[in-house]
Formats: sequence, structure tokens, C-alpha cells
Amino acid sequence: MNLFAYIADRWDRLSLQALLHVSEVVQSTVIAAIAGVLIGVAVYRSPIGSAVATALASTILTIPSFALLGLLIPVFGLGATPTVIALVLYALLPITRNTIVGLAGVDPAVTDAAKGIGMNRLGVLTRVELRLAWPAILAGMRVATQMLMGIAVIAAYAKGPGLGGEVFSGLTRAGSANATNQALAGTLGVVVLALLLEGVYFLIARLTVSRGIRG
Amino acid sequence: MADNDNVSGVEIQLDHVTKRYSGSREPAVKDVTMTIPAGKIVILVGPSGCGKTTTMRMINRLIEPTSGTITIGGEDALRLNADELRRKIGYAIQQAGLFPHFTVAQNIAVVPGLLGWDRKRIEQRVDEMMDLVGLDPAQFRTRYPRQLSGGQQQRVGVARALAADPPVLLMDEPFGAVDPITRGNLQDELLRLQTDLRKTIVFVTHDFDEAVKLGDKIAVLGEASTIMQYDTPEAILANPANDTVAGFVGAGASLKQLTLLRVRDVNYNDDALTAVSEDTSPAQLRSRMTEAGKTYALVLDGRRRPQRWVHVRDLSTAASLAAVGRPVGDLVSTQSTLQDALEAILAEGGNAVVTGTRGEYVGTIDIRTVTDTIQQIREEHETGSAAS
Repeated sequence: MNLFAYIADRWDRLSLQALLHVSEVVQSTVIAAIAGVLIGVAVYRSPIGSAVATALASTILTIPSFALLGLLIPVFGLGATPTVIALVLYALLPITRNTIVGLAGVDPAVTDAAKGIGMNRLGVLTRVELRLAWPAILAGMRVATQMLMGIAVIAAYAKGPGLGGEVFSGLTRAGSANATNQALAGTLGVVVLALLLEGVYFLIARLTVSRGIRG
Repeated sequence: MADNDNVSGVEIQLDHVTKRYSGSREPAVKDVTMTIPAGKIVILVGPSGCGKTTTMRMINRLIEPTSGTITIGGEDALRLNADELRRKIGYAIQQAGLFPHFTVAQNIAVVPGLLGWDRKRIEQRVDEMMDLVGLDPAQFRTRYPRQLSGGQQQRVGVARALAADPPVLLMDEPFGAVDPITRGNLQDELLRLQTDLRKTIVFVTHDFDEAVKLGDKIAVLGEASTIMQYDTPEAILANPANDTVAGFVGAGASLKQLTLLRVRDVNYNDDALTAVSEDTSPAQLRSRMTEAGKTYALVLDGRRRPQRWVHVRDLSTAASLAAVGRPVGDLVSTQSTLQDALEAILAEGGNAVVTGTRGEYVGTIDIRTVTDTIQQIREEHETGSAAS
């Protein structure tokens, strides 16, 4: 059986796993985005706070994903929970760092004008600063998503959902029938999905970034 | 400070206002007391770092004073909610500080939006403001700031500051970042707007020429915003309070003085011998000139507009007045500044012809008139300051 016949044959299972894979990555990115932006907003005004937040997030990123999952399993058991936690932790760095950079990069004259004409603190943040930092935040989310697509494969080690299961079982069964096809189908699926999500990000940027600040 | 569309400016009073930053020994602004009269443009001018911007920013409480009181239209500004206070004070800054992600219309609409105006009224107001600052709404409404030139951005900045019709306008070097020609235009336009609006405008600059051009009153500030002199531009130019002010006024105070005076304000001569070319023959004019003892006469056309200077010598050979003599060069209108008049006098070699609103002859002006006027102003301000 060649690869295409294999994919056609197992389409039901593969497409379900693909959906689960995208779903966990997207959900993790969204959770990380909310947390990352909140952290960024909390610290961007203080250089020390910014440095500490970025350093902490970087530290998480240096933990090998295999090890992090291994550490989470005893606490949260197997399945989706440790997977999502690990993915959110990894996504935090790019999003937090880009939020801080984006907010710090807003022209002080613009925030001064916003305050000066009577916007309150929340107004300045939500209507001006975050809107201007949004392209940077979105870029952080995009990097995070791409990274998580790969890391989510490793999460199969914790019996998480997604295409990782295909890759893992294909590799462990190496030599037996369709083992290579299974591993390849999983890997290709991840690549295709990553490209699709890239397209989605492009669309989101088109629709949500003001024409006045689009590069 | 009622939400009234016809409101003109209100008085601002600073009373012993001091700003001290923690960690620095000397206050940034030290005990400033001044009254900014309603409906006037008051310029805060001084060297960089003298605290002029800090002083201005305390009026809308972007910086909170350490001590002292500020009243705006009789209300204690320090007791109001700072955000609400700022919505009633227009604020325009260098490089405009426009929101780059908003269109021109959205930028102008911000303050009316914050004040909860309904959509229709905001839309009308945006168009009205764009007309006011000379930007065609149809063309510019949906543009983004980066699609505008520096001068256009600055106009939008002024429109945004004026959108909610605040009685007070604070301007922090608003024209500092544009080229000199555009700056001149924007200054002229501000003066034009002000004749209709009559807001109280506090304007910060380090350019003394700009201060002279725009200010009803100028406050020359020294270190820690101490007021070295607070007076009309004429008075400061004629009689600087001390050497520091004199240094800041710079060389050419008398020349700057000339930009403030108009020909109609001075006693120009109106005794030149004139003749309308169509009604007078050369021989007639010659006899009138000998009678009056004048060597030169001015030939006018049928609508009494100056045409040429003729010397008595020219007349003996001429058949008609239409072609003799030397054409009049630079004219000066009664609206011209004395600086323009001086330029014309120098170019014309002695005196320049003054014309009225329809271009008709009203008199001549010479260098003597100019020097006498300057002399007179100096004396007035000297006796004035000696008496006080």
C-alpha cells in the first residue's frame, strides 16, 4: 500500500486526529495569548518586570519538551491536561515577549496625546496601546502556533490527542506493515496543517490590523 | 466650562505652583504665579529644560503640581477628575501625536466620542473641524495619518484639539517639526482661527520669533520656570527686563518690533505732490511743482493708483504725463507691516508709496517715519516701566 492509498484508507481516523491536533494547538495558543498579553500589560512599564517576565518565559522554553511532559504526567496524569499545560507554557515566551516589545514600541507622543485629550488609563491601553501593539502580538502568536504544531507531536508521549499518536506508533512499529506510511502520514499532516494555520494568520492580520499601521 | 458651542476662552490662574520631582534637589518649576487672560494667546518661551512644558502640562494635570493651585474659569482644576478635566482642554503637541491606526475622521472624533455625543453630531462636527483647518473632508476623512504631510498632520492635530470646542487650548511646540514655510502658514492660520474662536491659548515654544508673531502676551521663563518678564511682545522688544531676556530676544529687537507694527498705525506723510495723468498737462504740473517748491511729483492713473515718479526736469520735453519719469516699484499698503515698508523704502531709495485698500494713493513713508516710530515706542515703554 502506498502512502496515498494508506491516507485514503485511514481518512476517518487521520482527519479526526488532525482536527484534534489543530484544536489543541489553537486552544493552547489562545490561552497563552490571554495570559501572555495580561503578563505583558502588567510588566511593560517596568524595565525590571519586563526583563524578569521574558527571562522566566525563556527558561521554560529551554526545558526539553520531552522532559516537561515527563514532569507533568505524575502531577496531572495522562491525556489532554498535561499536553495543554505544556503547550501553553511553551507558547508564553513568544507571545509575552512580543507583547512587551509591542507595547514598549508605542510612540510616547501618541500615548501622551491620548492621555492629554482625556482618555482614561483603560482607554489608552485598549484603544491605543494594544491596538498599536497588535501586529507584534499577532506575530508572537503566529510563531507560538508554528512551534506548538511540532511540540504537540511529542505530546503523544503523554497520550495527548493529535497526529503525534500516528507518528509515534508508526516509529515504534518500524519494519512492520504500513509503519512508514503511518509515521509519514502523521508528519505530513502536521506540515499541511501548519501551512493552513499560517494562511489563517494572514487573513486575521488583514482583517484586524488597521490599514494605518499595516507594513 | 459649560458644554456650550459659543464659549470663548476662560481665564487660567496659576498660584504659587511648584513641581518638585522626588530625588532631585531643585524644583523643576518653582513658585510660578501668573494669570492667563481669557481669550488671549499667551506664549511660554524659554530655553530648553527651563520647565515651560512642565508648567503647561500642569494646567491639564498630565503632571500633578507638588504645591500651589490652578484655577481654570474659576474652577479649581486640581479638584476635578483629571480625565474629565482634559476633555475640556484642547491639547496639541509637536508632531501632532495622531493615532496612526485611526483615520483622520476617527482622530478628530475621539474627544466628542469620549464626551458621549451622538453619532450624527460627531460626524457633522468632524466635517466642520476639517473645513476649519482647511482640509477637504471628502478627500481626507478616510485617510490615515501616515498618508498626510507633516503640515496636514499638524492641522488634524489642531482640529482634534478643538473638536469638542474647549475654552482652553494647550499647544506644546505644535509647529516645531515642520518646515519653515509650512510653519509660517500654520501660524497665520492659527491667528485667523483665533480671531473667530477667541480661546484661551497657552503656547509653548523656544522660538522667540514665533512668540512675537503669535503672542498677545509673552512670558519669558528662566530656570525652574521663573518668570523673567511677562508682557506684550511690543513691551518686551522695546524694553527687555534684564540681560537674560535681552539675550533671549536676541539681536535685531528693533527689526522684530517692525513686524508688529502696521503702516496704518504710524504717521506716514501725505504731502507728496500728485497729478492724475489724464487731467494734467506736463506744463501745468511743472508750474504747480515750482509753486510748491518740489522737485518730484507722483503721477496717478484715473483710479488714483500710483504710476510713476517724475522729476521737474523731465517735464520740459514731455508731451504727456503718460510716459515720463520712473515707474513706481514696490508699493506698501496700509495693511503692510513696517518691516515690509522698510524693505520697500530701501528698494525704492528713500521713500515708498503707501496705498489704501483699493490700491489708491494715500501717502508716502520714509526711513524717518520708521526710526521715529521705534524711538517713540522705546520712550513709551521706558517711561511706563519707570512709573511702575
